[in-house]
Amino acid sequence: MLGIVGIIPDENFPLVYGTPTLVENFLIVDRWQIPVERGTAALIASAIKTLEFLKKPSPLVFLVGDIGTGKGSKVLYRFLAENLSQYSFKTLTFHYILPEIDGCLKVILAIEKFSKKPFLIADAGFMYAVKMAGYANFFDLFTPDIGELAFLADEKAPHPFYTRGFLLSNENDVESLIERAYKHQNAPPYLLVKGEKDRIVFKKKVLLTIEEPLVPELEAIGGTGDTLTGLVSALIYAGYPTEKAGAIAAKANRLAGALACPTPATQISTIINFIPQALQRLID
Amino acid sequence: MMNWLTKFFLPKKEKTQENAQRALLIFENTSEVIQAEKVLQKEGYKVKVVGPPPEVRKGCDLAIEVPVVEIPGILNLLKTKKIEPLDFISFSEDEILKPVDLFNVKDFGEYLMVRAANMKITVDKKTLTIVNVSGGGCPDVPYLASVLVGKNLKDIFSLKDKGHTLCGYALHLAFKKTKELLCSE
Repeated sequence: MLGIVGIIPDENFPLVYGTPTLVENFLIVDRWQIPVERGTAALIASAIKTLEFLKKPSPLVFLVGDIGTGKGSKVLYRFLAENLSQYSFKTLTFHYILPEIDGCLKVILAIEKFSKKPFLIADAGFMYAVKMAGYANFFDLFTPDIGELAFLADEKAPHPFYTRGFLLSNENDVESLIERAYKHQNAPPYLLVKGEKDRIVFKKKVLLTIEEPLVPELEAIGGTGDTLTGLVSALIYAGYPTEKAGAIAAKANRLAGALACPTPATQISTIINFIPQALQRLID
Repeated sequence: MMNWLTKFFLPKKEKTQENAQRALLIFENTSEVIQAEKVLQKEGYKVKVVGPPPEVRKGCDLAIEVPVVEIPGILNLLKTKKIEPLDFISFSEDEILKPVDLFNVKDFGEYLMVRAANMKITVDKKTLTIVNVSGGGCPDVPYLASVLVGKNLKDIFSLKDKGHTLCGYALHLAFKKTKELLCSE
């Protein structure tokens, strides 16, 4: 099973878990209808599109409403700490949540109870929490953008907001940031670094760089990083080796973007609808 | 309040003269930091939002750097506004982390994208409508994006009141900078 953990930007949305369906631009989970905008909903929608294409079952998702106060995140941390070990996952992806070291450590303890450890992916707030907790090595894959890579590379930074000196790093700095992130043990074995060029990294070595098609407008569109994490999660769950999954995901995300002929005002749901077409071109 | 004053006037730890001049106010959560900053700035206090040193860090936190000599007045003011810090600490310059104050601007022709720290905001230059928000990993980002997209830069709107985290604060900075760039005339 692929598990996905994250938040929904609605403070009235309770803790909900189940297998979602994607109907037009809405996720349906339990009796809840969630618009596919940026964030975890976009990650889940791209994972569902990918899994449908690969004829694999939809993910099991664990969601809670949180608008940044952390109230929902606390409920989710607690639920995961107490219940996660009842499930069995092949791949488990953690996404938006208020970064909180204590909550994160309790979830890690719950994961340690699995008889077989899933392939663990972290992005966004949970990735920040894992790094701050000093457990990057417990995970298998992080999917940072360049700003977040700078945060992983800065052993003192508690959040990308404070990353010293190199927050506005450009493409030329990426390899030194990768080196530094591994030096301070703040990166898991695999990284998928999102940017103008996407890089698949294994133990500080850049295995692959994907830079085509280049669609500059995608940088402005909220959710393109989320869809990439959804794609790679689904491909890894479907059995693709990490390096290949990363390569297909990065190419498909770019291609779906290009097929949408976007402007900086295009919304992520438009791009998600092109994911099957993009995968069709990349996978026999 | 007495505890605060005792701590202020009778510091147990040795402090250098330089370190004794500034302190950090530590709050329960980032929302309180943002509210406190707003209150203090409105009253003319020269305060700065910074990252707390590791030993008092809980996660996605902010703190407010204040001049030590102004702490009693600051605490009184915050108390009247029902915002009370958990603690205050003196600090040395190398213990704290300064938030980014750099901005990056990308011109897409019809659209302008402004980045502050890890957050980006994109605006239609002609209509001044916010068309996209990207970057960031804290849980208020999807919420703030849903609130902002479609809004006009000239609308009376305070993003600062809605953000709760560091990403939210960075987005507020990007929003402010975008307004400066496009609504200055």
